[in-house]
Amino acid sequence: MSEQDLETFRAEARTWLEANCPDEMRDGASGDDNICWGGRNWQFTSDAQKTWLDRMAAKGWTVPTWPVDYGGAGLSRAQDKILTEELRRINARLPLQSFGIWMLGPALLHFGSHEQKLKYLPPIARGEVRWCQGYSEPGAGSDLASVQTRGERDGEDYVINGQKVWTSYADKADMIFALVRTNKDAPKHLGISFLLVDMDQPGVTTRPIRLISGSSPFCETFFDDARTHVDNIVGTEDRGWDVAKYLLTHEREMISGGGDGLLAGRSLGQVLGDEGDALSDASTRAMALECEVDTLAMALTLERYKDKAKTTGVGDASAMLKYYGTELNKRRHELMMLAGGSDALEWDGAQGSLPADWLRTKANSIEGGTSEVMLSIISRRILELPA
Amino acid sequence: MSTLLPTEDEVMLADAARGFLDEAAPVSHLRAMRDEGKTHDAALWAEMAQMGWTGVLVPEEAGGSDMGHAAAGVLATEMGKTLVSSPFLSTAVIAATALRQVTDDRATEALRKIAEGSVVYALAVDEGPKHSPETVDLAATADGNGFRLNGAKSFVCDGIAADRLLVLAKTEAGTTLFDIPADRAGITRDAMAMVDSRDAARVSFADVEATGDDVLGNVDDAMTVLRPALEAGQAALAAEMSGVAAGAFGMTVGYLKERKQFGTEIGRFQALQHRAAHLWSETEVTASAILHAGRQLDEAPQEATLAVSLAKARACKTVTLAVQEGVQMHGGIGMTDAYDMGFYMKRARVAAEWLGDYGYHAEVVARARGL
Ligand SMILES: Cc1cc2nc3c(=O)[nH]c(=O)nc-3n(C[C@H](O)[C@H](O)[C@H](O)COP(=O)(O)OP(=O)(O)OC[C@H]3O[C@@H](n4cnc5c(N)ncnc54)[C@H](O)[C@@H]3O)c2cc1C
Repeated sequence: MSEQDLETFRAEARTWLEANCPDEMRDGASGDDNICWGGRNWQFTSDAQKTWLDRMAAKGWTVPTWPVDYGGAGLSRAQDKILTEELRRINARLPLQSFGIWMLGPALLHFGSHEQKLKYLPPIARGEVRWCQGYSEPGAGSDLASVQTRGERDGEDYVINGQKVWTSYADKADMIFALVRTNKDAPKHLGISFLLVDMDQPGVTTRPIRLISGSSPFCETFFDDARTHVDNIVGTEDRGWDVAKYLLTHEREMISGGGDGLLAGRSLGQVLGDEGDALSDASTRAMALECEVDTLAMALTLERYKDKAKTTGVGDASAMLKYYGTELNKRRHELMMLAGGSDALEWDGAQGSLPADWLRTKANSIEGGTSEVMLSIISRRILELPA
Repeated sequence: MSTLLPTEDEVMLADAARGFLDEAAPVSHLRAMRDEGKTHDAALWAEMAQMGWTGVLVPEEAGGSDMGHAAAGVLATEMGKTLVSSPFLSTAVIAATALRQVTDDRATEALRKIAEGSVVYALAVDEGPKHSPETVDLAATADGNGFRLNGAKSFVCDGIAADRLLVLAKTEAGTTLFDIPADRAGITRDAMAMVDSRDAARVSFADVEATGDDVLGNVDDAMTVLRPALEAGQAALAAEMSGVAAGAFGMTVGYLKERKQFGTEIGRFQALQHRAAHLWSETEVTASAILHAGRQLDEAPQEATLAVSLAKARACKTVTLAVQEGVQMHGGIGMTDAYDMGFYMKRARVAAEWLGDYGYHAEVVARARGL
């Protein structure tokens, strides 16, 4: 697409957003309470939130780069970049965020059948169905291929029994994509299937677990003779590990950016600056300088890899993005806490949600694969060191 | 702005440069020069001119190839990988950029000579142990129609090979940049025995005469010309440093796969694997900053300060880690002169210092970001 076509696209996007983004959605709010996750039971927090979602979904802009047939707008990387810039320009909230968009969508686009894509992708794009991720189990964390939850054929169904853990938002989700052992005799990576399961059935129950940050967004998930039709297997039977790994690379890219961007346009100077003398001691200032240098360079790296994703793909380098991005995000939050001093020690005090955010960042280097696991992936698959 | 991916032309340029340098200037070339006590290879410089490298930032009207700053960074990176010793940065990047800020026949003529490879320039800015273009003691005092220069410069890279010097001097109401022959009466150059075995000089000025014609740009206004030249140099130096880091890292990963202890390759030990993986991550993050600086200098040079300092700061951090891990993971052999790793460590230290260290550039970033 030529420079001129892109400028035309920008002008059109700007005009459309000006006309269609409700004023209440232009406060840039990104905190947990302001996210629109969608789903069958979703309670919109305002009329504006619903209007914004419906209008963006009709335009295909909740998932701008997905094909039009599956609920997207088929935008190129360059157009997508422009759309993001224009949304940021008016400080718009994201109309919809979900595991369907970040994780299942890319995996289905790559491995799903046409029927599966038509059935599952548009409801994700419109925010009608909310998904959760059933990977981890009590005995299978970093060693994910050790999952024990069983799936057995019974006529046209798989019957599922077992337990998942750390399932984020399982109590709010409509559907779960789960790793299930369908072959006990094969080597552990070669006996796993990737199944899509409706959670609205008696055989699926969830129990919330409380996090150190106070909220309880993740759960234990139990399967007791839960069922799903064989059409709901993604890829082939026993070969779900490929799908699982592919999905993880997308999950890792998403986590590496700290959700809505490492910087979200704000410098540490802007974040910490109001604190007056918080940065006056040499040690804190030195840490802040280094953190800012690294943050800017990492933000450029995320951009560079988005460019790469459109050409050669990101592949195992998503482990680097995840490792570096999450460790950096933890450093930034440690600094914000330090600068905030005692103001940042009170739940919902002068620093708002900072204490909870700070604690939540500690999970970034665990969820989606720990930092240590990321380093092992880099050393084996990219540096090709002996395993 | 263009994407942060190398263009096809840049990939081809890198491949061509690698092919040439592996033949003409592998690390053994630097080692041989050191052993012979030489710091400049005129034949290598002539070949670089023939390939259009010395004219990488010279306009086509003046005989250059005018490939731009990103391309200069590509060349510098490849040079860094095998520690190629040449006045490329001083002459083809820094002096060429300074001369391009001025549009007169004399500057065009000087640019033509750079493209031809018939002149070597050196930048004489710093006087103390740290980079500080803001503090100048060397004075150019008005004398009749001209000036007399008195004072001393230090760490003048390529100062011995240089035919001409760009000298920053204090004048009545500011600072002024002079472009003068290196052998003008009153100039004394003493070679510094640098740890990286490369060319650097201490240069003193005793009543050196200069005329208005010797001034590059305007009197009392050095920075209009010098600022872009420094930024171009800093970005290209950062690129060279990423090459140095890549060279050291390549040797280290190779050694991890080859060296055996406890009956297995040492690269099987997770303690080393994770450090190598961390180092690779650092080099990837730095690569983005360097590509970005090149693009910014080509596409919006007036707003490149932050991008350039970000690149140089990251390059300092990364190359330092790369050579330290390089020596440590090699064990005893890494400490021997017969092995090349030491050369990487020494060049990394000099390059980290030249044109501003980590702290200098982090401070520039901090100011730009309100810290
Ligand atoms: C907030 C949050 C949300 C999550 N959401 C989900 C979700 O929605 N769905 C889901 O399926 N899972 C989810 N998880 C689970 C997450 O993926 C796992 O916690 C993670 O993979 C680590 O597994 P584990 O907790 O069993 O730790 P373990 O694997 O027991 O690790 C313990 C420690 O040992 C280290 N370690 C383990 N193996 C190695 C090795 N080979 N080499 C070196 N060190 C090693 C680890 O790095 C870690 O430091 C979530 C986790 C968190 C914290």
